[in-house]
Amino acid sequence: MAESISRSLRDGCLEGEHAPALTIEDSLASPLGSHVFDHFLANLASQIADGTSQARGLVLVALNWSPSFYIDLLRRKGVDASLVDKWVRILDCYSDPLGWKDRIPPLMNVQKPSTRENVSFFRDVRDINKLLSSVLDLGKGFVGQGKTRFAVAVDLVSNLLRHTSLPSVAGLLNNLRSNDQISCIFWLIHSDLHEPRVSTALAYVSTVVASVQPIMQLTDEHRSRRDFLWLEKNSCKAKFYVRLKRRNGRVKLLAEELHMDQVGVKFAAVTSENSFVNKSLLPKVQFNLQLSDQERVDRAKVVLPYEHQGNGEAIQIYDGRRSLSDDQKDPHLVQPSTFSVMTDAQAASGNGEIHYIRDSDDEQPDSDEDPDDDLDV
Amino acid sequence: MNPSPPPPRDPDLLEEALGLGRGGSPPWRLAFVEDCVETSGAFVLHNFLKRTLSTEGDGTVVFLGLAQPFSHYDRVLRKMGCNLSVQRNKNKLHFIDLLNLEFLGERRLSNEKGENDIEIGFMDLYNRILRSIEAIRSKDYNGGWTTIIIDDLSHLEIAAHGSVKHVLDFLQYCRSLTSEMDCSLVILNHEDIHSSDEALQMLSHLDYISDILIKAETLSTGIAADVHGQMTVIIKDAPGGLIKKLHSFQFKVKENGVEFFYPGSRF
Repeated sequence: MAESISRSLRDGCLEGEHAPALTIEDSLASPLGSHVFDHFLANLASQIADGTSQARGLVLVALNWSPSFYIDLLRRKGVDASLVDKWVRILDCYSDPLGWKDRIPPLMNVQKPSTRENVSFFRDVRDINKLLSSVLDLGKGFVGQGKTRFAVAVDLVSNLLRHTSLPSVAGLLNNLRSNDQISCIFWLIHSDLHEPRVSTALAYVSTVVASVQPIMQLTDEHRSRRDFLWLEKNSCKAKFYVRLKRRNGRVKLLAEELHMDQVGVKFAAVTSENSFVNKSLLPKVQFNLQLSDQERVDRAKVVLPYEHQGNGEAIQIYDGRRSLSDDQKDPHLVQPSTFSVMTDAQAASGNGEIHYIRDSDDEQPDSDEDPDDDLDV
Repeated sequence: MNPSPPPPRDPDLLEEALGLGRGGSPPWRLAFVEDCVETSGAFVLHNFLKRTLSTEGDGTVVFLGLAQPFSHYDRVLRKMGCNLSVQRNKNKLHFIDLLNLEFLGERRLSNEKGENDIEIGFMDLYNRILRSIEAIRSKDYNGGWTTIIIDDLSHLEIAAHGSVKHVLDFLQYCRSLTSEMDCSLVILNHEDIHSSDEALQMLSHLDYISDILIKAETLSTGIAADVHGQMTVIIKDAPGGLIKKLHSFQFKVKENGVEFFYPGSRF
């Protein structure tokens, strides 16, 4: 369903509706959220460059990575550099988020990185209203007025939440969603940096919530981050849970698997490989700790040495002291020949037997008599 | 006849794990060193100091000393064969003495811009780091790599009166410095002093922004005379990203250095 998310971002919003909004959340247990964000960012940028998306431009609010990182990323993903310069605007909230560099002397004798035309510095991330107007101004600056729309991406809402309150951030995202010129909006959040209510609040602002979770859940045994098996299993694979909110109010929950390769993140349908993963948790010893299918069948066939077999049939007991040829019938005792047939059948299959020898001929099955009553203490 | 220079020594296990090889710039930007009460990670910082300021390389260091005075490091590094006073005079080491922890101010009321003295104090500290880098690169600079070492993050939190937000803002600026110029950041942090939810979130924040984690801890088998602890080096493909490689070995801290070895390789 990653494809469907990309299509949703590409198609944008319908007239009279708010823009589709995607939350991508991850945690340290499965830190692939940035790669998922990069995947959707590159996809949308390609579609904007090709002219196949509703959005005619993209404004990226860069809080976690430098603008040059994203320009290199889009170039590596095959988006033409000239089209990036033309249709992507980056609001740099990474280099100087609090305006410190404006108030201290600049570095002398040090070669500074060249500034790009499509990168604008933003120096006060605490002012949410100013951030909102800067994003809208940037977008309008290169798509113009009228009905042309642009897309917005925020690389890390968690950084924004460090500087301002949750209601302010939720208000910013909601204002962007409801703006007539926004085609779609998506953002990344690290869920383990905040209280659960933050993820919940952002989920209410979103139409799609994509959650990256580990393939192997962290157990008490793996509590230390240095558990190599857990780290290895979760290092390049993850579960991708998507919660879609339809216009009619229905909420659908879907799942995929994602894995990392040299190119980037790849999505695939859920496999049953996880059962293999769970099996590999057994300690590796030189003897087999599990039963084969035949062994499970044989175990189910073993007649238990109880007074009754628990299957509603008449009580049947094998008294090992009676000969198998004894024809004496006792209503409380099984025909030895009957039981011998069962034992023969079991012996024929080469399985074990359980012999139950009763203590006394006089002992009635399931007697209520307490044997300790004979004691004279 | 001039004596021939000593042959370059082979990199030790820690240098190999960090991709430092025989000198040159590190392939990472932000490394966190974690230690605990039972096993101090200070020797890792001493190793970084010695390696960066060695005659083999042309690296420089900006050292933020919050835990110990300059004389302490000078004494320790002398035994390791490195004279910090000489390096400081040669403009290869800039030591910022922050021992009194008063550099961040006391008042926490905000001005009209939403700033308080703690933030202004961190801004001044960032400015001092910039000026040090500027001084390093002003004369006789031959393009070497600058390592900013902070000893340690816990004292930075104390100086900030427990304000995790301001510490993270300061680290954000230091991190942006590593993106803009040829420098990397090494920070020592005491893992076992963080118990509150906010402090644990701070550890998570650090995990997200670091691309290398060096953890010094005690042996699981207890105290030993010849083995002082275990070191784990986690290399990520990107800050907060996937784990690319894990290295685990043991160490013994000596007067003139540290020995790193694989478990069971010492008799």
